[in-house]
Amino acid sequence: MSKVLMKGNEAIALAAVSAGLDAFFGYPITPQNEVPEYLSKYLVEKGKVFVQAESEVAAINMVYGAAGAGKRVMTSSSSVGIALKQEGISYMAGAELPCVIVSVMRAGPGLGGIQPSQGDYFQATRGGGNGDYHVVVFAPESIQETVDLIKEAFEVADQYRNPVMILADGLIGQMMESVDLDRPAKKRHIEPKSYATIGTNYHEGRNIITSLGLDPVYQEKHNLDLKKKYDEIRKHEVAFEMINMEHAEYVIVAYGTVARIARSSIEMLKEKGVNVGMIRPISLWPYPKKAFDLIPKSVKGILVAEMSLGQMLDDVLISNKGRLPVAFYGRAGGMVPEPEEIVDAILNFDSKVVES
Amino acid sequence: MIRYERTKGLTDNHTHYCPGCTHGILHKLVAEVLDELGVLGNTVGVASVGCSVFSYEYFNTDFQQAPHGRACATATGIKRVLPDRIVFTYQGDGDLGSIGIAEAIHAANRGENITVILANNATYGMTGGQMAPTTLIGQVSTTSQEGRDRIQHGAPLRISEIFGQIEAAAYVERVSLHDIGNVRKAKKAIKKAFTYQMEGKGFTMIEVISTCPVNWGMKPRQALDWAKEHMIPIYPLGVYKDVVPHD
Repeated sequence: MSKVLMKGNEAIALAAVSAGLDAFFGYPITPQNEVPEYLSKYLVEKGKVFVQAESEVAAINMVYGAAGAGKRVMTSSSSVGIALKQEGISYMAGAELPCVIVSVMRAGPGLGGIQPSQGDYFQATRGGGNGDYHVVVFAPESIQETVDLIKEAFEVADQYRNPVMILADGLIGQMMESVDLDRPAKKRHIEPKSYATIGTNYHEGRNIITSLGLDPVYQEKHNLDLKKKYDEIRKHEVAFEMINMEHAEYVIVAYGTVARIARSSIEMLKEKGVNVGMIRPISLWPYPKKAFDLIPKSVKGILVAEMSLGQMLDDVLISNKGRLPVAFYGRAGGMVPEPEEIVDAILNFDSKVVES
Repeated sequence: MIRYERTKGLTDNHTHYCPGCTHGILHKLVAEVLDELGVLGNTVGVASVGCSVFSYEYFNTDFQQAPHGRACATATGIKRVLPDRIVFTYQGDGDLGSIGIAEAIHAANRGENITVILANNATYGMTGGQMAPTTLIGQVSTTSQEGRDRIQHGAPLRISEIFGQIEAAAYVERVSLHDIGNVRKAKKAIKKAFTYQMEGKGFTMIEVISTCPVNWGMKPRQALDWAKEHMIPIYPLGVYKDVVPHD
């Protein structure tokens, strides 16, 4: 299939459309504006629904409504706007509704900056909404992977009736790469949406979409049912890549843009005679803990590299189970590390150790 | 010969509302209108958060429960993807007038073809009678225990007046339930609003002056009289917007 040179945000838009997007509800925020802009023309041309909502809060609630009506729905935003969506995301998890949420991370906290960041790892994986729930989170490192993961995300969301987040950063959103847009997602068995509120003329009984459960006996059972679902997701949806692990002395753990940068660092370290591998999580929730059981005996330390001051670090410490020393290298505020910085961090590993 | 029967628009569930609460009347009016218009099977309602949070147990249609204040956004999502269904929200003055004012104003401003049923009882009923944007000056509430004060708390928010100013709104009327004559007029207004939706005319809203005997500390009859004497002068009944010109 032929490749097209595209901007990340536009590829996000096109990928969603080719995955059968019925409706998009969004709001302007840097650095993802090309997503709603592109869809405002492209989706409408296809006779589908586009609404620029009055806020990110309104947008996620429109997503809730349309998802409850049985449609494939997406919203996109960045960090600050994703913060506004947390209530709606919790409601969707509680009401068991599918949707895709794209977050193009920028620097924080608060208004922060518009340059790339990975400072929303906690926001994405530790939920920011209330209650016992999870969002499935995928982190692409290239525009091609973003396109593929978005198509997969719609399938995962429909299969499990849960929100799925694509966690990208400003670099992926704004850069241009060649992309094959025609690769279809692996088809999954998805139940028909018999829960959809389309009117009692069209199905048996009455369909009600709600997350309300005032009776604690009922609500606990509901939470346990959700947990069963999350355990299924943990079993089947972990995704990661292991790079250059044979005889590796150190392992870098990084995702998204930082993993991409680390690939260059690994080459540079090879030239210096240091053999370094990488675990690249693709699913951030569920986190690929089992990858850490596959680390060869040759490895003497793990370096976590993030565009944050240590968020995925916590999951690495959990997955490591105290077996290896863990070091950390991070940039913040919108700064993107050069490959040389990660090389230096490996060469000066001991000075970066946070847990020995 | 059957002179009167329970509308098919309501389920058999017993409501949880307080004795004398006008939600019971308003539910019945909306249900009867949907039944008479023959659209029950084609309707999706959106419940808000307040005493009517359980309204999805009482209306005989598909329903979605929206977060507090967000019903108009949820209804937008439903109507946009199912444009041939009848979509309505059922909200209170705290839900729509306070936390949900942006979502409501912008649904109207985009001309969303939905119907908003707004029960205005000048208080937050479900949570025990806190002050709402619509609480009257001098009216005692649990968060304005000396009575609403103009300097400290501002003044009652006139919602129908605001929505009447929105160009893309199609029909806005304020009605009341404090006596039989007004209950009949309220039903007419609700029927008109849903008819406008069926005709694709745009955003319709009916604000319904309602009572909350328990939180007002009154008997039901007393509450109806209080609404007539004190709320109507602040919230005049009438049509605030109609895209169809009338003489």
